Amino acid sequence: MDAPGKKKLKVATTSLAGCFGCHMSFLDIDERLFTLLDYIEFDRSPLTDIKEVSPDCDLGIIEGGLCNAENVHVLREFRKNCKVLVAIGACAVNGGLPAQRNHLPLSTILEEVYHTSPGLANGLIPNDPELPLPLNKVHPIHEVVKIDYFLPGCPPSGDAIWKFLTDLLAGREPELGHGLMHYD
Amino acid sequence: MALTDLHAEAVAGIVDRVAQRYRRDPTCIVQILREIQEACDWISPAAIDRLQAVLGVPRTKIEGVAGFYSFFYTRPRGRYRILFSDNITDRMAGNLPLMERLCGNLWVEPGKVSEDGLVSVDKTSCTGMCDQGPALLVNNLAVTRLDAGRIDEIADLVRNAVPLGEWPAAYFAVADNVRRADILLGHTLQPGDALRAARDRAPSEGIAASNMRSWREGLPHGLGGPAATLDEIKRANLRGRGGAGFTTGLKWEACRNAPLKPGQQRFVVCNADEGEPGTFKDRVLLTAHADLVFEGMTVAAYTIGARRGFLYLRGEYRYLLDHLECILKRRREQKLLGPDILGIPGADFDIEIHLGAGAYVCGEESALIESLEGKRGTPRNRPPFPVTNGYLDQPTVVNNVETFAAAALIAVKGGDWYAAIGTRHSAGTKILSVSGDCERPGLYEYPFGVAVRQVLADCGAGRTQAVQVSGPSGVCIGADEFDRRIGFEDLPTAGAFMVFDDSRDMFEVARNFVHFFQHESCGFCTPCRVGTSLLKNLMDKLHNGHGSPYDFAEIEKLNQLLQSMSHCGLGHTACNPVLDTIAKFRPAYERRMEHNDFTPAFDLDRALAAARQMTGRDDAGAHIPAEFGEDA
Amino acid sequence: MTQTFTLDGKAIPFADGQTIIQAALAAGVFIPHLCYHPEFKPHGSCKLCTVKVNGRQTASCTMRAAAGMQVESNTEEINAERRALTQMLFVEGNHFCPSCEKSGDCQLQATAYHLGMMSPHFDHFFPNRPVDASHPELLLDFNRCILCSLCVRASRDVDGKNVFALSGRGIKTHLIVNAKSGRLADTDIALGDKAVQVCPVGVILRKRTGFAVPIGERTYDKAPIAETVAQEGT
Repeated sequence: MDAPGKKKLKVATTSLAGCFGCHMSFLDIDERLFTLLDYIEFDRSPLTDIKEVSPDCDLGIIEGGLCNAENVHVLREFRKNCKVLVAIGACAVNGGLPAQRNHLPLSTILEEVYHTSPGLANGLIPNDPELPLPLNKVHPIHEVVKIDYFLPGCPPSGDAIWKFLTDLLAGREPELGHGLMHYD
Repeated sequence: MALTDLHAEAVAGIVDRVAQRYRRDPTCIVQILREIQEACDWISPAAIDRLQAVLGVPRTKIEGVAGFYSFFYTRPRGRYRILFSDNITDRMAGNLPLMERLCGNLWVEPGKVSEDGLVSVDKTSCTGMCDQGPALLVNNLAVTRLDAGRIDEIADLVRNAVPLGEWPAAYFAVADNVRRADILLGHTLQPGDALRAARDRAPSEGIAASNMRSWREGLPHGLGGPAATLDEIKRANLRGRGGAGFTTGLKWEACRNAPLKPGQQRFVVCNADEGEPGTFKDRVLLTAHADLVFEGMTVAAYTIGARRGFLYLRGEYRYLLDHLECILKRRREQKLLGPDILGIPGADFDIEIHLGAGAYVCGEESALIESLEGKRGTPRNRPPFPVTNGYLDQPTVVNNVETFAAAALIAVKGGDWYAAIGTRHSAGTKILSVSGDCERPGLYEYPFGVAVRQVLADCGAGRTQAVQVSGPSGVCIGADEFDRRIGFEDLPTAGAFMVFDDSRDMFEVARNFVHFFQHESCGFCTPCRVGTSLLKNLMDKLHNGHGSPYDFAEIEKLNQLLQSMSHCGLGHTACNPVLDTIAKFRPAYERRMEHNDFTPAFDLDRALAAARQMTGRDDAGAHIPAEFGEDA
Repeated sequence: MTQTFTLDGKAIPFADGQTIIQAALAAGVFIPHLCYHPEFKPHGSCKLCTVKVNGRQTASCTMRAAAGMQVESNTEEINAERRALTQMLFVEGNHFCPSCEKSGDCQLQATAYHLGMMSPHFDHFFPNRPVDASHPELLLDFNRCILCSLCVRASRDVDGKNVFALSGRGIKTHLIVNAKSGRLADTDIALGDKAVQVCPVGVILRKRTGFAVPIGERTYDKAPIAETVAQEGT
């Protein structure tokens, strides 16, 4: 890594159709977070609660795949405002758990969940305009925007995230190697 | 219940009868399944049940084979199974609107069976009627020269359940359309001439003795009729007409010299699986010159010492079967097939016809042999090659229809005569199947070395933009290359010659070919199985207006992978149409790079359609704008 | 005198009739592979083991070794193409490693690790492939099938049963079982069959035995596939 002192890189993160597990794992880099903060500053992220991505972000880290219209909107915001976009975790990389609904038609799923499942109060499919509509299929994010780097894992370990970020910040092609490279 | 039992009994009876006719021989599974389907309209679980019992093979083997070939149906497909030929030439002649018309008339969706179970309508790969398309197959019988009137009549016939035998004969008429004949299409040989000539090449002493040996195990070089005939074939410099151009004499010699283990024999196989889109010369050769083809096969058998031969006829040419069987029967009566041919003791040879069932890959010789053995048509690992380890692991010569016809001519007229025709490295003539944008589609036989420009002039092509030589797996050439010549030195070809005038979109031509390869990939190896599907998806993505330079790079990467990693020629050549058209008609692709940024292959807003419908929402939040960034 | 060929600059001894991959593995040199298995006749379909022999690409599991051959295997060019093949296999099926009990013991996954596959790259097909849970002891999850045909060969050549076969064509090629119902429960498969042991991915699974080994102690957690296989070879 370059010595600190230069302008800090602006990093934004988000979780789309994910479980925030990758963000939790990000926190698992523990005290190294302080080192990291010498080099980066957080923009939009669940860690900062900033709601909009700044237009001059250097790095966007996306957890989760695309399940609904809002996911698409946020992903496009990130792509527009971040120089480099990283897909982190199984769901961003290949759709992950949510994508396991893909062999079923959406109509069948909504029917099952809101009409035929027992114990529902009114049996209506929610149609509040505040709610994002689900896509026919769940997509990994690289199917919708150009992704520059991928960090697989469910979640990737704190060590894997650290290795990945330090490689990236040092201008190296990130390489995980045995033990850090995991799809699960 | 009683009706079901009766049906099961009837099916069992049919299966037994068919299997019996094929000696309950599992190597004939493809033939048996075809006949069962012809009798029952599909291959039902009950039929498979019975067949596995009768043949004594596992059910998985039968299901594996039945699942491989496009023309076998393990689900009901109706009493009338209509398949529109979907080569690019059919497209250009308007096959899709005609298919829509028929579907509309019959109230059936493409690819589905009508609700009353009467009829299904779908597309199929090129049926070899490009000179008289648009064409279709109904229960595997070819109907040509379709137009709206004929489509409406067909719809009436189907609706009224008129048996195919009572349909107007004119529908099934297939014209030869020979436009230019040379030594092959213009030959005047009589049945037996080539065999007599081959026999007479033997020295006068001891014909019988020498041939007794050579027929079975081959003679030392230079002795006897078979060796002398082989010399003529080699002197002729005849090269295979299926496209690859391997020297026929060397192939025959390698097979002739291949050692036989006890109980083994040699085989001669004629490859009439003319599946390369745009090719239809073998159709005509087998219609008008079948004797010459069979005679060539018999000359080959005589030369290498084979006793059994196969004609592997593509399923699309099912209508030729009776005609060909008649000729075989007559040749047996004439002592030109069967035991002691022409009275030569030990000269025993006969030919069986096997039909394919809709699998282009079976044109690859080792896949063809697998199919002949009653298996899935998967190309084998090579080496070893068929000349040593072919049909049932025994030495086998596989040649194209046109090669055998030429061999018969050479047997009569000699190798020197033949070698003097054509060019130095491409002896003899080549039959071209000309189709597409020209006034006179059909067969044109030229001595090798003819310029593309000459062919275009002869067939009445005007404003020609491109010619696809040797089909999708061949090469696409543009106007600046029309002085190139047909021959192994420059433009080798299996015969297809598809003409595209300047009104045609060469991207759509390539896309049609990519769909073809995707449909015909056998699925054995990863790069071809998945790669042809990915390539098809990318071409469709461009077609659907989602293209960007990223996709262009992806296409080029896939092309590279298909070429370097695929198992057989299908995968190696599947990207040729794309590579050629990118190189020569780049604007057709650039027009489709509608976006600068990476764009998804699917329409994002349409991906919300189901949710919109289920929720009844149509507010702004219920939509995704197509082009992000425009609002920025 | 021992015959040798050259693999990435190293002399590899071989016996007559040995394929390139057999000789390489015997010498402790790993060549990625999925459909190859030392106990079965080579199939040559996955193409992961493709190498360059005298400049020409060929599958090393079907190519016989010959003296003096110049073979390239571990090059960036070939590994990039192999990586693309693993990506193709991942998008062709439904490979969700986190919910697969074969994870950590899966050869496809381990091979993809070995090749540095960071993403599936291509657009996913997300095919619909229902599982077959009919058998009381075994589960068939076709979502993960890579059509290597090892179970087909094992059942036919070792078990003498033909429980499995491939049907369909092209991208629709799929595994079938030997029963009119199409269900595994109605076949003559037995738990001791070789076909049950040989699946390199998570298609043929013993029920109620999954996730028994904790993460960190599974086959390829302990050592990468190149080392695991090379150790087996020697």
